[in-house]
Amino acid sequence: MYAFDYHRAKSIAEAAEQLTANDENKILAGGQTLIPTLKQRLAMPATLIDIGSIAELHFIRAEGDAIIIGAATPHAEVAAATDVKKHNPALAHLAGEIGDPAVRHRGTIGGSLANNDPAADYPAAALALDAKIQTNKRLIEADVFFKGMFETTLEEDEIITDITFPHPSKAAYVKFPNPASRYAMVGVFVADTPAGIRVAVTGAGAEGVFRVKEMEDALTKNWSPDAIADIKVPEDKLLSDLHGAADYRSHLITVMAKRAVVATLQEPAVA
Amino acid sequence: MSETGIGKAVRRKEDQRFITGKGRYTDDINRPGQCHAYFLRSPHAHARIRKIDLTVAKSAPGVVTIFTGTDVEKDGLGGLICGWTVHSKDGSPMKQGAHPILALDTVRYVGDHVAMVIAETYLQAKSAAELIEVDYEVLEAAPNVATAQAFDAPQVHKEAPNNTSFDWELGNKAETEAALKAADRVVTLDLTNNRLIPNAMEPRAAIGDYDSGTGEYTLWTTSQNPHVARLVLSAFVGVAPEHKLRVIAPDVGGGFGSKIFIYAEETACTWASAKINRPIKWVADRSEAFLSDAHGRDHVSHAELALAADGTFLGLHVKTKANLGAYLSTFSASVPTYLYGTLLSGQYAFPAVYVEVDGIFTHTAPVDAYRGAGRPEATYLIERIVEIAARELGQDPVEIRRKNFVRTFPHQTPVIMNYDIGDYDAALNKALALIDYPGFPARKAEALSRGMRRGIGFSTYIEACGLAPSAAVGSLGAGVGLWESAEVQVAPTGKVEVFTGSHSHGQGHETTFAQLVCERLGVPFEDVEIIHGDTGRVQFGMGTYGSRSGAVGMSAISQALDKIEAKAKKIAAHLMEAATEDIQLKDGVFTIAGTDKTLPWAELTLAAYTAHGFPRGEIEPGLKENAFYDPLNFTFPSGCHICEVEIDPETGTTKIVNFVAVDDFGVIINPMIVEGQVHGGIAQGIGQALLEACHYDETGQLITGSFMDYCMPRADDMPDFKLGFTQTDCPSNPMGMKGCGEAGAIASPPAVINAVTDALGIREIDMPATPARIWSALAAHSIAAD
Repeated sequence: MYAFDYHRAKSIAEAAEQLTANDENKILAGGQTLIPTLKQRLAMPATLIDIGSIAELHFIRAEGDAIIIGAATPHAEVAAATDVKKHNPALAHLAGEIGDPAVRHRGTIGGSLANNDPAADYPAAALALDAKIQTNKRLIEADVFFKGMFETTLEEDEIITDITFPHPSKAAYVKFPNPASRYAMVGVFVADTPAGIRVAVTGAGAEGVFRVKEMEDALTKNWSPDAIADIKVPEDKLLSDLHGAADYRSHLITVMAKRAVVATLQEPAVA
Repeated sequence: MSETGIGKAVRRKEDQRFITGKGRYTDDINRPGQCHAYFLRSPHAHARIRKIDLTVAKSAPGVVTIFTGTDVEKDGLGGLICGWTVHSKDGSPMKQGAHPILALDTVRYVGDHVAMVIAETYLQAKSAAELIEVDYEVLEAAPNVATAQAFDAPQVHKEAPNNTSFDWELGNKAETEAALKAADRVVTLDLTNNRLIPNAMEPRAAIGDYDSGTGEYTLWTTSQNPHVARLVLSAFVGVAPEHKLRVIAPDVGGGFGSKIFIYAEETACTWASAKINRPIKWVADRSEAFLSDAHGRDHVSHAELALAADGTFLGLHVKTKANLGAYLSTFSASVPTYLYGTLLSGQYAFPAVYVEVDGIFTHTAPVDAYRGAGRPEATYLIERIVEIAARELGQDPVEIRRKNFVRTFPHQTPVIMNYDIGDYDAALNKALALIDYPGFPARKAEALSRGMRRGIGFSTYIEACGLAPSAAVGSLGAGVGLWESAEVQVAPTGKVEVFTGSHSHGQGHETTFAQLVCERLGVPFEDVEIIHGDTGRVQFGMGTYGSRSGAVGMSAISQALDKIEAKAKKIAAHLMEAATEDIQLKDGVFTIAGTDKTLPWAELTLAAYTAHGFPRGEIEPGLKENAFYDPLNFTFPSGCHICEVEIDPETGTTKIVNFVAVDDFGVIINPMIVEGQVHGGIAQGIGQALLEACHYDETGQLITGSFMDYCMPRADDMPDFKLGFTQTDCPSNPMGMKGCGEAGAIASPPAVINAVTDALGIREIDMPATPARIWSALAAHSIAAD
C-alpha cells in the first residue's frame, strides 16, 4: 500500500466536494475491492473519502412498488431485510451469496455497482430488475449505467446515493462460481418486471454485464426452461480464461438461465 | 494404561497457544534495532541483466542499504546447493548451474532474486525497490517441461545441455522389455501430474541477527529442519562457522515440504545482518510465496503395463519428464527419482519394473518435495493404469488388484524397496465394507434418475516413509544421513524434558511425543515438555519431512528412554537395596518383584541429583541420556482409498459424495491426531485431483499467482471422510510405527480421478478435473458417440 490521506465524509455534499478537489481522490465505500487493490499497490489515491458513515446512504425501505437501498448498505443487510425478502426475494438471495461473510458485512451495493466488476453479482440484479441508480447529480437507468468492464456512465465527481428496484412479479438469480475466486463465472438473473421480462448475465461477458434479448423474447412468449433451452449466447461476446473458455461459458449461461426460470416456478409467486 | 499413554486421543497441548493467538511465529519476533528487507524479484522468466542502477533507490527515505549479487559474490559466499546427487544412465552426475543467492548476470524465473533492499520499515524497503532501475535484455523462456528438451528450446543453464540435468533409470530393463514383448496385453497411459503451489498458511519468514560482540549469528526462520539449515548455511554457503550460527525455527504454520529447503532469503538476511550490524527481518507476502516457494509435482509420463490374459501383472515400463524448475532446490533431485521410481511397484508382485526419469530445467520456480514427494506421482500413475487395465480387460477393479497383491513378506520389489510387512487384503476388505461396494449399482441408478452421473474409484496404495536408513540413502546419493536424535533430561523434581531433532509445524509432536514418555515412565502428561526447533538448545537432528517423526524421531526418544529406564533402575536398586534386574517401573513407581517395597519416581529423580551415597565408579549422578536412532529400513504405510463422486453433466461439477480411507500406519500413538493428518492429506489430494493447478504461460509468467486463480481447497469442497484403520506393526523400528503424514495426499488423487472417469465413462482426464475440463470431455465424448 502506498501512503494516502484518509477523510471521513459526514455528508454526500462534503464527499462530492472532496472528490472534485483532486483527480487522484477516491471514494471508499466498503473497501472490498479497493483495499486489496491498494494493498497490491495497484492504485495510488491521494485521499480516500470514506462514505461509510454517512447515515443518509445507509437504509433500506419499501416505497410504493419498489425497494430503495442506500448506496452504503452492506450486502448482509440487504440479504436479511424483511422488505427485500418479502418483495424481492431473488435480490435478497443474491446479496446473501456474494463473497463470504466478511465481504457481505463490509461490501456495499453502491460500491459494487460503481466498480462494475465483470464478475460481480449486483450488476446482474440491477440490469435484470430495471433498477434506477440515483447519484448526487441525476437518476441513471440500469440500461445505460453499465458501459463495459469496470466502466460505468458515472462521471468523475459523481457518487451513487441509492438504488431503486421495482418489485418483480417473479425473479431468480443462479450463478456458477469460479472454483478459485468464487466470483460468478456465469450468473444469470431472470425477472418479470414492470418493464417486461429481462434476463441479465454477469461473469461471462467480455464487456461486463449484458442482457440476452433472445431469451427475454422467448420467455415473454413462454415462461419455461424449455423456451430458452436452445438459445446460445454467441461465444465472441464472452470471456475466455483459465477457468472457462467461451464455449463453456456460453453453455453455462443457458444452463443457469434455465435453472433460474425453474427456481421461479418452484417458489410461490411473489405478490 | 494411563489415559495419556500410547493409543489415547489426548487433546493437543499446543492448541492452547495456537487457538488463543499465543503462538510465536517468526513474524511475532522483533529484535532491538531491527530493520526490514524486501527482495526485488525478476518480472521476467529469462533475461540477461545488463545493468542495475541503485542510485535513486539508495537515497529513498529509510533505506539502509541495497545489496545485489555482486556484493554477495565479492564476499565469497557460495550458492545454494542440492543435497542429493543422482546419476545418469551413463554414470555421470547430474548437471547443474550455479544457484546464486542474488542473481548475477541472468534471471531464470519470475520471482528470481535480483536485489535485497534493507530499510527502516518494510514499506520503505518495498517503495525503494520500485526505484531500482534494472536494464534487462529479455530472452525467450522454456517454462514447459514437456517441450524444454527440444533442440531449439531456450537454455536455462549452459552446464546442462538440452535443459537436462540427468537421465536416470531404475529397475530391471531387460526383464521389463521381455515382459512387454511376451504380454497378452499391453495397456498404455500418458498422463501429467499437475504442478502444485504449496501455500502453507504461514508464509516463509526470517530474521538474521548478528552479534558483533560475540561474532555469533542467530537466524529465526520458518524451517522444518533448523539443523540442516545451519549445516548448509555454514558448510556450503559459508555464511558463518557452524558453532557461531544458531538457527531457531519457532512456531511454524505449516510446511508440507516447502520449508525443508534452504532459500535465498534467509541466507541473505543472515549474511547481511553482519554487513550492516543490525537485525534484519523479512516476511514473504502471499504473492511472493506463490512465486518463490518451491513448487511440487509437475511430471509428464508415459507408462506401459504388461498383462497376462487373466490380468496378472507381468511388467511396467515408465518414462517420466520431471520438472526441476530453474535451479536445483535442496532435495529436488531425490524427489522424481528415489522417492518416485522406488514406489512404482505399488502393492503388486511385479516381476519386472523399469523406470526412466529425465530431470529437466525450465524457466520456472524450483520444484522440490511437496507432501508425499514422489510417492503421490508414483501412486497416481500406477493406480490409474491398473484401473484402466481392469476396465479394458473387463475385470472388476477390485479383483485385478487382489490378483496381483503382494502377500508374502518381506517382499523385494524390482525397484530397491523391500516391503517389510503389510496386509493389503485387510485394508481393501474393510474399505469395501465401509463404502458398501455391493450397494454401488443401486446408488448409481438412483443418481441417474436425478440426472447425475455417479462413479466409483479405487486406490490401493503403498508409500515409503520413515526416511531413512543412512547407509541406504548414502548409497543412493544423499549428502546426509537420515537418522534422528533425542535427549531425555529428567529434572531433580521428576519433570521430564525431551529434546528432539524432529520439528513440529502442525503435526502435534508436543502431544504425541509426551504420550510416549507417559507410557514409558508413568509420569503425568503435564510433567513432560517437548523441546524442538532450536540448534542452541537441541542436539543435531535431521528435522521433519517424509512422515519420519514418529517412526524415526520417536524411535530415538524410545532409545533414549531405554537408557533412562536402565539408569533409573540401577539407582532404584541401590536405593532399595535390591538387584537391578528385580526392579520394575510401572505407573511412575519403582517396585521390587515379589515384595511390596515401592519408591515413587520423584524420590528417585531427586536422589539421582543429590547422589548421596552413590557407589563411586558404579553410578554417576544425574539422569539425562541421549540417543541417535538410525532406522533399519524404510517403513511402508499402505491402505485403500475409495471415492464416490456425482457429476452434474450439465455443468461438469463434481461432488464427492462418499470417501473412504482405510490405512495401515502400524502402531498409532494418538488416533485423533492421526485422523487429522489423514483429513488434511486427503484434502490436499482432492485439491490436486479437482481444484489446484499452477500455470505458467508460454513466456514463463505465473498466471495462477493468487487465490483468485489458484484454487485452494475450501472446507465445503470436502466430503465427510469415513476413516478406518488396519494394523500390522512395523518390524523395522522399536515403535512399530509407519507414519501417517502424507498418506492422504498420496492415496487420494487416483481414487478421485478413477471415480470421475468411471462416472463419465471415459478413459482419461487430466488433473485437476475442473468443471470446464469435465464438460469439455463430456462434449467430446458425446460428439464421438454420435
